[in-house]
Amino acid sequence: MTKKQSIGIIITSHVEELARGVYLLLKESAPDVSITYAGGTDDGDIGSSFDKIQAAVEENDCDELFAFYDLGSAKMTLEVVQDTSEKKIHLMDTALIEGSYTTAALLQGNYKLADIKNQLTPLVIK
Amino acid sequence: MLTTENTVNWLTSFGEKVIENKAYLSELDSLIGDGDHGSNMARGVQAMLEKFQSTEFKEPNDVFKTTAMALLSKIGGASGPLYGSAFMEMAKQSETGDISVIISAGLDGIKKRGRAEPGEKTMIDVWVPVCEALQENQLTKQVIDEAVQATKPMKATKGRASYVGDRSIGEIDPGAMSSAYLFEALLEGDILND
Repeated sequence: MTKKQSIGIIITSHVEELARGVYLLLKESAPDVSITYAGGTDDGDIGSSFDKIQAAVEENDCDELFAFYDLGSAKMTLEVVQDTSEKKIHLMDTALIEGSYTTAALLQGNYKLADIKNQLTPLVIK
Repeated sequence: MLTTENTVNWLTSFGEKVIENKAYLSELDSLIGDGDHGSNMARGVQAMLEKFQSTEFKEPNDVFKTTAMALLSKIGGASGPLYGSAFMEMAKQSETGDISVIISAGLDGIKKRGRAEPGEKTMIDVWVPVCEALQENQLTKQVIDEAVQATKPMKATKGRASYVGDRSIGEIDPGAMSSAYLFEALLEGDILND
């Protein structure tokens, strides 16, 4: 994948299919944004995996990322990854689908970080 | 005094207690949460015990770090990052050899990660009184039991249990219970005995 945008997106969910579903949705409107995802535990059960989330962060082409999650433990696991990763991660407390979709569309449209964060403010629900 | 050996023994005993009480922890969790605390914790401590079998540790610091990574990676629920953060912070203070400093660092790690305060029906409602008792060198089984029981009348405002609101009142918090096993194991080991 060629890196066209300097900021990427990571999607985390308790369910692998949910994370992948959101990824597919975003990818359609933002083909030039690097989007990676992590869902479920290492065993494929419902939950969060530090290793999977860390891998999704590292596999992303970008060194700066917007991160979206569904529920509490995915957020806390993301925070641990945030503490240990070299990458700059903007953890967003927005509704998962609306927030990530808006971000993907805006990144694709070359909007700047501050503008995107402003647009996301009304979508913060957590 | 904290040594590599008694740290491993302590956490091994913690792991065994969690596995022994796996069904009970899940039962507590099914009353106010999603019912997976027992199986999640058991998966985490199982990974920790396997690491203990296959690793030669040099100092307590390594034991805490290995525990942190096993719990963080394998639990799969919110307890993973919470216990993981606790043991990571404990590792940083392990050189002091002072168990009250170490547990207090663990508590800070949990507070930072979970943003919980005492009285919100979470694991820290056990960690806080245990820390206070350790500072006075007065940790007993009674202190731990009372802390666990004290979570019963609390209403959960953090974590999954907060979704059920008033229905959380009257039950023991599962995270408080699993934390109690950690401190019972500490009490039963020889770390505090000199």
